[in-house]
Parts: sequence; structure tokens; C-alpha cells
Amino acid sequence: MKKLMLGNEAIARGVYEAGATVAVAYPGTPSTEITEFIAKYDDIYAEWAPNEKVAMEVAIGSSVAGARSVVAMKHVGLNVAADPLFTAAYTGVNGGLVAFVADDPGMHSSQNEQDTRMIARAANVPVLEPSNSTECKEYVKKAMEISEEYDTPVIVRLTTRVAHSQSVVELGEKTAYELKPYEKDIKKYVMTPANAKPRHIVVEERMKRLSADAEKLGLFSIEKANNKVGIITSGICYQYVKETGIEANIMKLAMLNPLPLEVIKAFAEGLDEIYVVEELEPVIEEQVKAAGINVKGKELFGRQGEITVRQLKSVFGMALPTYREAQKTPVRPPVLCPGCPHRSVYTVINKLKLTVTGDIGCYTLGSAPPHGAIDTCVCMGASVGMAHGMEKARGKEFTKNVVGIIGDSTFIHSGITGLVDIVYNKGVSTIIIADNSITGMTGHQQNPGTGKTLQGEQTYALDLATLCKAVGINNVVTVNAYDMKAVEKALREETAKDAPSVIITKAPCRLIIKEKWPVYKCSHDKCVGCGACLKLGCPAIQKVGNKVTINTALCAGCGVCATVCPKGAIGKEEN
Amino acid sequence: MTKNILIVGVGGQGTLLTGRIIGNYALSKDYDVKMSEVHGMSQRGGSVVMQVKYGDTVYSPLVELGEADIIFAFEKLEALRYLPFLKEDGVLIANTQEIDPMPVVMGVEPYPVNIEETLKASCKNLCLMDALSIAEELGSVRVVNMIMIGAYAAYIGDDIKEWEELVEKTVPPHTIEMNKEAVRRGYAAYQNK
Repeated sequence: MKKLMLGNEAIARGVYEAGATVAVAYPGTPSTEITEFIAKYDDIYAEWAPNEKVAMEVAIGSSVAGARSVVAMKHVGLNVAADPLFTAAYTGVNGGLVAFVADDPGMHSSQNEQDTRMIARAANVPVLEPSNSTECKEYVKKAMEISEEYDTPVIVRLTTRVAHSQSVVELGEKTAYELKPYEKDIKKYVMTPANAKPRHIVVEERMKRLSADAEKLGLFSIEKANNKVGIITSGICYQYVKETGIEANIMKLAMLNPLPLEVIKAFAEGLDEIYVVEELEPVIEEQVKAAGINVKGKELFGRQGEITVRQLKSVFGMALPTYREAQKTPVRPPVLCPGCPHRSVYTVINKLKLTVTGDIGCYTLGSAPPHGAIDTCVCMGASVGMAHGMEKARGKEFTKNVVGIIGDSTFIHSGITGLVDIVYNKGVSTIIIADNSITGMTGHQQNPGTGKTLQGEQTYALDLATLCKAVGINNVVTVNAYDMKAVEKALREETAKDAPSVIITKAPCRLIIKEKWPVYKCSHDKCVGCGACLKLGCPAIQKVGNKVTINTALCAGCGVCATVCPKGAIGKEEN
Repeated sequence: MTKNILIVGVGGQGTLLTGRIIGNYALSKDYDVKMSEVHGMSQRGGSVVMQVKYGDTVYSPLVELGEADIIFAFEKLEALRYLPFLKEDGVLIANTQEIDPMPVVMGVEPYPVNIEETLKASCKNLCLMDALSIAEELGSVRVVNMIMIGAYAAYIGDDIKEWEELVEKTVPPHTIEMNKEAVRRGYAAYQNK
């Protein structure tokens, strides 16, 4: 049966067809849907872990116990999971272990554009890279076989355009797979120095063997042309090269680590001009050059962003389609949704002119106009540690004007240890946990604080206030995020204290509450066009002429605009 | 020959579903199909683009500058923004609905005036339609995407019955009639352009 599938859906199908039975992940664009699709297969156990490190460890444990196991994350998630991965490369596996890591060239929804192939090289972990949904499915199965045959974890690397593109997939059958027997093996699985030294030798030999076996395993393909131009490429870039229609000898690599350098040398033989077409870092290019092959690459394509077909055509000297000149248009950036409970919190923060260490989630949008309320955003959990760092650099008085802001899921992911540090090292920082009871930006996934599992089953809901108290925060205040007076009172009181505080601003994401709230309208008799409500940056509030109009189709009924209006012009629409 | 389609609009307008319906229709006609979607950060009310390509063999899932055979714009400003992607003789089907982006909401920049004139001057094959008003008339602003799909059916000259059946399979049962009517209205709007 043929089906149009998202790359991520095809990965999930591959997991199913490979007979894997355990899947773990923390959500992150563009990888999130992999695990959501896996969860639809009844015979695979799937869970959201609190972060990628835990996810990786669960998958390693499951592999050691004999199950074919998978773990999924976005590229920056691999940094969090790097610690277990680097040593799992030494221990090897029992049941196959495959990690799906989705890179984001062009940073459609990420804070950097790091290249997973670089980390994989450092970790000595093999990498396969599919170029469409069919390959997504097939490479999962191939990766599982390599994992078991070569006794190693394997990464299947995706990029946004593969993960979030749909293409046609032929569905296959599920492979019958029985759990491998579990046997205690201290020399293999206990990585003390004495055991790890011989394992490091195994790692090196394995990578050499894999490189030599690339042909046998079908990990590259070559298309011949009747000229002396060569192109070495992989993944989505292969599709871009083909789209240009260029006449050239094309070597498409399916395995990006280790590279099959001997075959590449043979391919290069007799060619006059060779291009390496790869996005982000010159991973292929530098290794190929080091092997003595003269190629062109980054000097033509650069390291930033995505490669385009147009760029390739230009480099190859091919005709470019003409196009209409771009018109001047106002930008349309993503914004906090109408009714978003973060909006009121940022409005109060701005009123109090606080310095804000921010974090990763929907609430990062508080950095954009009109709020511009966030001073920093680095990585998951950084708001907490950075607030503490600011205090240690500039002292307690400065810190009375600093808050960290972090979402519920992000706090559970990586904020807790930062909080422990503040208490342990006598900090006085105030941290806001913007608790909207969901993992929002990635599209509403459950987390340990929501009381529901990936499958929506009831489970224990982590109580954030109790947790904060348990690590030694004596000042924990929970307020309704929409109640701006309460938020302001809490912020004024807690930042003034010579002790650390946590303020939990609580209100569920407006998008997960199905109920309709009465919408608001603005009386043009009372409105003086002062713009106080426009500073909320609500998409439902528009200035038409000198007055404000609320778009009732967009209004979610949170009423924050009514709170900030100094003339009492905004009120609930009466029915 | 590959058909390149762009569906542009504002996050939340239903561009994703529209692209998927068109893609699956092409698949049912035994074409090779690729689609590229926007997820995550860009969905929060931002400018979104869904790309659909079909033909004998499709390589890149992306439509390049000057290569779109047809652009559906769910919002007028987005039609203007993506104009450089339209082929010289490409077709632009634009909903005249206006949704203010944040710089306009804040009064920093005006919503461009004369967009319709610019589009008319620039594209020979233009279909402007007030899909929002039609949708409101039918009882739900959410059927704007089905009106656009109806216009697409008229553009490729297919029997509208096939599309009505497709819609029937896609939408919740109690909204079937409204959605089918939306497809018919879009079909008629394109024919009368």
C-alpha cells in the first residue's frame, strides 16, 4: 500500500517494521512527531521522558535488556543526551539501539544550527542520513541491523526538510523480532577504566570495519554520467542536486559516519571537478580533502542556513528562473496567541522594569516586540543558572531586579538542578515558573507535571511547589497568571527578599482549554486611543483609525486588555 | 512535468490541511508527490507556507523563486509576500481577507494599501475572492480553506464531484454539507474570475 507520509511518520513506520518495542523521547521541533506516531502502534511501548539524557538512558537500558530500542530528539537535545551516548558507543548494544536526531539548518525553530554529524564523529557513532520518507523507513531497519551486527548505537540523522516533508512510502510488513537473551557481562557494560580501555579498541576497530563494509551494506549509491564532473552529497541535498537536472557523476552517501573513504577515492578517480554538496559543517569535505582528494565545497555553499536549488544552479552555471521583485511587506513573526497566559506576566515584568533571564518555549516569544521583556535565551534550563550567575557577578542588590522565567516542561527538563544550585550556594534569585500545564511550543505534549502520559493515561502529576520547597526554597508562591495584581504583588515581594523564591504563574495554555470564554469588545465612546492595550501584543486587538477594535473571531476572552485599559473602555461583550 | 503549488497564509488558517488534501488527490491520480510543511515556532500566528509538488518524479520538496505554477494565498499580505515565487504565467488565487501582522497591530507600520492593484498589475492569471465573506455566509470562517480548494478544482479543470467526495472523507460528518457547499462556491468563484 502506498501512502503519503511525513518523514517523521515514516521513521515511526520503520520502527514498527523493524520490530522495535521500546521508544523514548523528549519533544523538540523538528523531531516531535516521530514519537507521537510511534505511540499509535499498540505493540510498541512509547514514553515522553523528562529530558533527552533520561530518554537516551532508558533506551540504552532497554537495549541492554534485549529489546530493539529507539530514542528521538532534536539536534540540541543530543547535547543533553551526549553523556550516555558517548559511553554507549563503548558498551555497544544487545538489542539494536537507534537514535533519531533532527537537525535544523536555517533554524526554523531552534536556537542554533549545530551539525549532528560532528557530535557523532566525536562519539564514534555511525550515522545514516535519509533523503526522503521512503529512505526514512528503510534506514531505520538498516540502522537496526547495523546496530546489532556491529554492536553499536546508530544515529539516523534527519534535517527539517526531510522530517517535515511528505513523500510516498510503500508500507512493508513487521519483522518478527524476539528479545535477545539478557546476560550479565561486566566487561562489556560496566565502564570502569579497566573495562573501558579494551572497549575503546573495539570502538576503533568497529568503525574501520564499518567503513570497509559500506559497499556490502549498500550504504552509498553512484549514478554515472558521460563527463568528468562529480558530486558527492547526501540527504536532502541529494534531492536538490537531482532537481537541478545537472549532468554529473553523483555519489549519494547513506552513511555519513564513518565515511567509506576508499570508495570515495575510487569514485574521484579520473574526475576533473568534484563538488561536495552538504549543509552546515564541511564534514564530508574535510575528510575527503584529508584523504588527498581535491574537492570544492564550503567556499561555494557556505555553512549557514539551507542550500537551495537556485544556489546550486548558479554554482553549476545553469540558467536561473526569473522572478518578480520582492515587495516591501511588514514582517509577520510568530506571536503569543490570543488569550495566552504568558502575556499578562510579561506585561507586569515590563512595568517593573526587570532584567529577565529567559528560557526555551512559547514564552521565549516574550523577547519579541512589543514586550521585548527577555534579556537572555541560551538553552533548556539556562534561565535558572544564569539568574544565579548574574547575582554572583553583580551582587544581591542587582539581583532584586532580576528574574528567571522558565516553563513547566523546561523546568522539569533542566531547571531543577539550577534551583538546587541557587539554594546550595546561598543565592537570592527569584524564578518564575510559567506553568501552562503542557509542553506548548512543540505542539502540546504531556510532561511529568500534567498528570497524563504520552498516551493520555492518568499518572502521578509532579507538584512543582512541593518540589521547589523540597530543594530548599522557602518562598514558593502560586498565582493565577491572568491575575495581574497578584503577579505584580508576588514579583514585588519576592524579588525584595534576601532569600531565593519561586513564583509559579499558573494557567493552562489557552489552546488546550476547549471551552469558549465570553469575548471582549472596546467601546469607541470611551476609547481614547492611548494604546495601553496595544502594548499587550495581542493579535485580536487592532487599531482602526484612532480607536481600538477587538477582533471577536480571534479574541479568546482572557480579559487582560480590560485590566490594562485606563478608561474602562473594554468589557465583556453582552449577549 | 512537475506542478509546483504554494499555499501561504497565517498560522492557524488551515493551510496544512489544504495542502494535504491536494497532495492526496494527486497521489490518487498516481503522481509522485512531495510536500513540505512548517511546524513549531513558525505556527504561532506567523507567516506560513505549505509546499506541494507532483509529477512523474519529484525530487526537491521545495518550490523555488519564480517556479510556482499556482499560489493560494489565504491572506492578502501573504499573497504579496510570496509573489516572487510565482512563475511569470503562474496563477494566483488570493483571499482578500486582511489579518494584521504585529508591526501593524502596534502601529509601527501600516498594512500596505493597494495590494490588490499591485497583484492585478503583476499577474495575468489572478483570482481575487472574498473567501471570508463567503465562509461567514455559509456559517463558519473555518471553511475558507474549502473555498480555496474549490477554486483549485476549477483551476485544474477537474470534475467537482470528485472533490466533493474527497471533502466528504476528510471533514467531520456534521460539517460535510457546509464544506461541500464551500467547495462549490470556490469552484464558481474561480470560473467567474
